[in-house]
Amino acid sequence: MNYHKFDVVIVGAGGAGLMSAMQLAHNSSIAVISKLYPTRSHTGAAQGGVAAALGNQEEDNWKWHMFDTVKGGDYLVDQDAAAILTREAIDAVYELEHWGLPFNRTEDGKIDQRRFGGHSRNFGEGPVRRSCYAADRTGHMILQTMYQQSVKNQVRFFNEYMMLDLLINDGQACGVVALCLRDGSIHTFHAKAIVLATGGYGRAWRITSNALACTGDGMAVAYRRGIPLEDMEMYQFHPTGLYKVGILLSEAARGEGAYLLNSEGERFCVRYAPTMEELAPRDMVSRFIYDEIAAGRGIDGKDYVYLSVAHLGKEKIDAKLPDITDFARNYLGVEPYYEPVPIQPTAHYAMGGIPTDIEGRVVVDEHNTVLPGLYAAGEVACVSVHGANRLGTNSLVDLIVFGRRAGKHIAAKWLPEADFAPLPNAPDAFATEMVESLLARGKNGANGKNSQNGKGTGETQEALRADLRDSMMENVGVVRDEQRLTAQLARVVELKQRWRNLRLMDTSRTFNTELMEVVELGNLIECAEATVAGALARKESRGAHYRTDYPKRDDVNFLKHTLAYRTEHVGEPELRYKPVVITEFEPKERKY
Amino acid sequence: MPAETSTRVVQVKVKRYQPDQSAKPFWQEYRVEAEGNDRLLDVLNKIKWEQDGTLTYRRSCAHGVCGSDAMRVNGRNRLACKLLVNDLGARISVEPMLGFPVIRDLVVDMDPFFAKYEKIKPYLINDEPEPRTERQQSPEQRERYDETTKCILCGACTGSCPSVWANAEWVGPASIVNAHRFIFDSRDRGGAERLQILSDRTGVWRCRTIFNCSEACPRGIPVTDAIEEVKRAIMYGTTDIA
Repeated sequence: MNYHKFDVVIVGAGGAGLMSAMQLAHNSSIAVISKLYPTRSHTGAAQGGVAAALGNQEEDNWKWHMFDTVKGGDYLVDQDAAAILTREAIDAVYELEHWGLPFNRTEDGKIDQRRFGGHSRNFGEGPVRRSCYAADRTGHMILQTMYQQSVKNQVRFFNEYMMLDLLINDGQACGVVALCLRDGSIHTFHAKAIVLATGGYGRAWRITSNALACTGDGMAVAYRRGIPLEDMEMYQFHPTGLYKVGILLSEAARGEGAYLLNSEGERFCVRYAPTMEELAPRDMVSRFIYDEIAAGRGIDGKDYVYLSVAHLGKEKIDAKLPDITDFARNYLGVEPYYEPVPIQPTAHYAMGGIPTDIEGRVVVDEHNTVLPGLYAAGEVACVSVHGANRLGTNSLVDLIVFGRRAGKHIAAKWLPEADFAPLPNAPDAFATEMVESLLARGKNGANGKNSQNGKGTGETQEALRADLRDSMMENVGVVRDEQRLTAQLARVVELKQRWRNLRLMDTSRTFNTELMEVVELGNLIECAEATVAGALARKESRGAHYRTDYPKRDDVNFLKHTLAYRTEHVGEPELRYKPVVITEFEPKERKY
Repeated sequence: MPAETSTRVVQVKVKRYQPDQSAKPFWQEYRVEAEGNDRLLDVLNKIKWEQDGTLTYRRSCAHGVCGSDAMRVNGRNRLACKLLVNDLGARISVEPMLGFPVIRDLVVDMDPFFAKYEKIKPYLINDEPEPRTERQQSPEQRERYDETTKCILCGACTGSCPSVWANAEWVGPASIVNAHRFIFDSRDRGGAERLQILSDRTGVWRCRTIFNCSEACPRGIPVTDAIEEVKRAIMYGTTDIA
């Protein structure tokens, strides 16, 4: 057995994982395990900015930011966590600047800030400049800066190691098991603390802004080990994905003044959201687009509308939005200087995930009982600061604030008192069995009959992947209802069954990416199960979860968080609920 | 309006290396149906998912920002996710980047590349007390190093450089780009240290201004210009130069 022992093991090398690592690198032995080279992480694809009430451009206040976060999340946000998010964002942004992050600057040398969807002054009066940014590649700059700091602090990386299992013994998390892609070996990492920072699962949908690596690995691994997943039905569709491709065109475009047009050339957002217009929250703008298309006002009667930046002028486009306009040129052959860009909503962000408290500790029930030694931060986690709908830029805020808090809590509170829990017997048994059975199915086919290497009978991964992504798009998209969700739950059961019989074409142990992809596909199906079950049970419309059969928010029955626990019965997770933390903003109807 | 494109059959010739089966690389041809707007990465995925699961390459973001899928396409280093079938023609040749040890098919060992990157101290060096808020920097000072902040460490420049092919010790263009990013940052105090590192025999002087790196960069960074600026900073002992 390949055995490694560290005080702390961090899984995932995006913004949240590296931010945790920075708090720990000086005085404890840590390792970061990453499926990708760290700089490939999906944090790098974030574009528009990171919100913090610095007030560099106009008056601002973290309380306003907190209010916007709570209201944007349709009041499913835990307000104690939102207060921390918005207050600590300010210091966290300065910390990034001190580490060298190249923010755009104001004339007087401060960090420049711009408008973003749902961010307002004085509790909703109108848009405010709150998003700190570096052109339209803020996430790239954050990821690079954190990786640079990791190099400076000599963080130990295990690159291209994929987590397959989480180890829990004596009621304490004590390690993870990972596959080394390069040689197919299985490694057991023994640790006092584990931080899951593995990101989201947008690849469960056909049209998505997410990287191919965003397959819900952390969520699925935790879910299999009995940890609940919180509010998974709250999945965000970003309004402006490139038509058919799904690549994100940042809200920064609308923040800089771009607008949306239907087939009649009308700026339709004004009709739905007279105050914030195109800068209403994402769930609403995605629904506006959906409604326009349903009313026959999609371009050429098809399922897309236009994003227009041409009126901003070349100079501003090149200075503020260079990358996203390149995407339009490169992938659609559209020249944004002169032409409107075809866009459609794209699966973008999981508000839900592994439940944690405000220190980043994973909690496992409706009483917020802590699972000692286990932490989660970033998109994989649900604190919950995003509630039913995340505001633009708040994902990067989440990474830096709660990645930092998790690391600090481990360093200051957990490591001084914790010991290594013993590993369970045969700690790598589950992971080894998974890999060996998949490779064996490659050799022999799903039915176990001998055949030529890689020529066994049975289904290969592609049809299954397509079926998952198409059905999620159809049934668990911007708009949902009982019938579609029921159909999708049955579909998930079928997909799980088919997954167990998948056949691999590649049986090598050297950098077997087909093996990786099949494991990822299994993880996506686990995430889909929790998502669909939560959505079916939530008989109301709130934030990103919009049901035509229950079009109103129902605070009496559903102002609560869903907790989905995996059971032995496929397609039947156990659902429990826990209350939302409300400290100062009573739920009100959302108007923009 | 996005151009509707027709489906066509493209021929993809891949230089493969399957160490479990043979010590020798070999070429394999695939025929695959593709649309003009498909990315080369989509084509590779199609082959992998529908025809041959053993075809091995890295990929993640699929839109040119993560840097995973740098490879040699029709003789030039490119990102497979930034190339469209329309731009490549009906016959496409794909190889791993030169100058890197190959692990399997198109997957190369990036560890030596990152080790060279680390050599130039790729992080802000400034031991002065931190202000309570941000360090000041004017828009002009920020603009000074803007181009080199775009690097995604894909390796396309380094893998296209004849000086790298000739001498594996050389730090290569990507490392110099990242050194430039800090040397010309007004907040950084480590310029002299980095210039010292880059002035030794494995440093900037092995650059023969061939410009392959600039042509290869998927982020449009003027790599050779950046290297020249570092050379001038060493020559004149100052970064205060045009």
